[in-house]
Amino acid sequence: MTAQPSAEAAAPADYTADEIMTVTASRALRGEMTCFVGIGLPSTAANLARRTHAPDLVLVYESGTLGSKPTRLPLSIGDGVLAETADAVISVPEVFNYWLQPGRIDVGFLGAAQLDRFGNINTTVVGDYRDPKVRLPGAGGAPEIAASCGEVVVVVRQTPRTFVERVDFVTSMGYGTGPGHRERLGLRGRGPVRVITDLGVLEPDPATCELTLTSVHPGVDVERAREATGWRLAVADDLTVTSAPTSSELNVLRALVRTATEEP
Amino acid sequence: MANTDEPSERHMPMAWIAPLSEAVADLVTDGDTIAMEGFTHLIPVAAGHEIIRQRRRDLTLVRMTPDIVYDQLIGAGCARRLVFSWGGNPGVGSLHRFRDAVETGWPVPLEIEEHSHAGMANRYVAGASGLPFAVLRGYVGTDLPAHTTTIKTIACPFTGEELTAVPALNPDVAVIHAQRADRRGNVQMWGITGVQKEAVLAARRSLVTVEEIVDDLDPRPGGVVLPGWAVTYVTEVPSGAHPSYAQGYYERDNAYYRAWDAVSRNRETFTSWVSDMDRRAS
Repeated sequence: MTAQPSAEAAAPADYTADEIMTVTASRALRGEMTCFVGIGLPSTAANLARRTHAPDLVLVYESGTLGSKPTRLPLSIGDGVLAETADAVISVPEVFNYWLQPGRIDVGFLGAAQLDRFGNINTTVVGDYRDPKVRLPGAGGAPEIAASCGEVVVVVRQTPRTFVERVDFVTSMGYGTGPGHRERLGLRGRGPVRVITDLGVLEPDPATCELTLTSVHPGVDVERAREATGWRLAVADDLTVTSAPTSSELNVLRALVRTATEEP
Repeated sequence: MANTDEPSERHMPMAWIAPLSEAVADLVTDGDTIAMEGFTHLIPVAAGHEIIRQRRRDLTLVRMTPDIVYDQLIGAGCARRLVFSWGGNPGVGSLHRFRDAVETGWPVPLEIEEHSHAGMANRYVAGASGLPFAVLRGYVGTDLPAHTTTIKTIACPFTGEELTAVPALNPDVAVIHAQRADRRGNVQMWGITGVQKEAVLAARRSLVTVEEIVDDLDPRPGGVVLPGWAVTYVTEVPSGAHPSYAQGYYERDNAYYRAWDAVSRNRETFTSWVSDMDRRAS
């Protein structure tokens, strides 16, 4: 089934793969929600959502800013504009202990260096931990964001290097080894409900927890998504085509991205 | 029972106000555990550079978010161990000196002890609270406990629920940067203050560099005050957080972070950066 593009939907030639990824990710957020925001692609998408359909979206950053309403795209998780526009600025122990840990945050918005078929995330090392091929930045706040937010949305570009059969290191748990694993460990959040990429959208199969392609972006065929995936990618019977970004979404996104390159 | 009574360090009437080189020379010794905290904002970069100039060695560096000043300390060979939760050049990419030390052992091998932010924050809280460990819901289902010996499980004595325990962090020295202090060494900071208060209170000794020393601290909404009697040294270092920012004083120098990527990418350009720093100091 193909979603009907709205009247002002742009044609594929009018936007980049990153742009449709960011716009699609922004649509995963609603107003009246609290969102724990990772930096990079997730932050761009969350800020786009706040400037388009979800002006009441509450952005929480791990530097301790609650309800930030940044006037430009923050370059880092502790950007001054996040503090200056926040409802409250709190300490880092407080943001994790009082706000994240008890389950006050609805959705965690994360990126990944590697992601596997069960939505487990690696941002620690490629290769062996003690003798790594590539040393990545590490966990940051992600393990507890992935565990304690009501649900998790992952925003990541889809390539065979990133979408691997098995992550080299579980930095943040998705569905672990499959159904029931989160429950056995007592994790409170539902885990990754959606993975949004530059090619489409993956969602966990309700029975197997395996990430399944449920939507492709306009102009992307299933074969291309399969080639970009390091495991035998399952495809939903009712695969849809993502609604193209509207011209107003693209305008807002481009203006937002421009603010990031302006020196404050 | 642990002896936590250290009168010579804990009960000074007020912080000593001294030049940076003197404070660092007095506080930081080879082999010490040093926590230089700052979460994007108020990073004590000038103090880190002074540690490089004084050629301290075998340090255990502790920080939630090691960024370029830790990259510089690691590349200059000051560290043998890093305790951390996220190491990168925020908004730019990798820390090349950190990666070189971990991946190939240059200039000296770097041991790592790796946590999550929630775990590190709680370790400082335990340290500041005079407790041996902290309890949290953390690390569950991840590979971190398999590689980090300072992550254990503990049963709640009331319900039996299994939780995670991490040991207190009690660095020899905490180093932070703040906006202001008064002449008695009372320190005031505002904006994103991260885990700096906890780091100072967890440490045996502390150094606070400040943008300016003033006669009186007027109150700031949401500001944090560290009383002078809880701080060992206060040093006035204008722009001491550059290239990070000091809210109310200057913005982040994003170009410096971007430029660091090229400087740090190979050993030769990095080594000449270090020797240029020596020349600037002499």
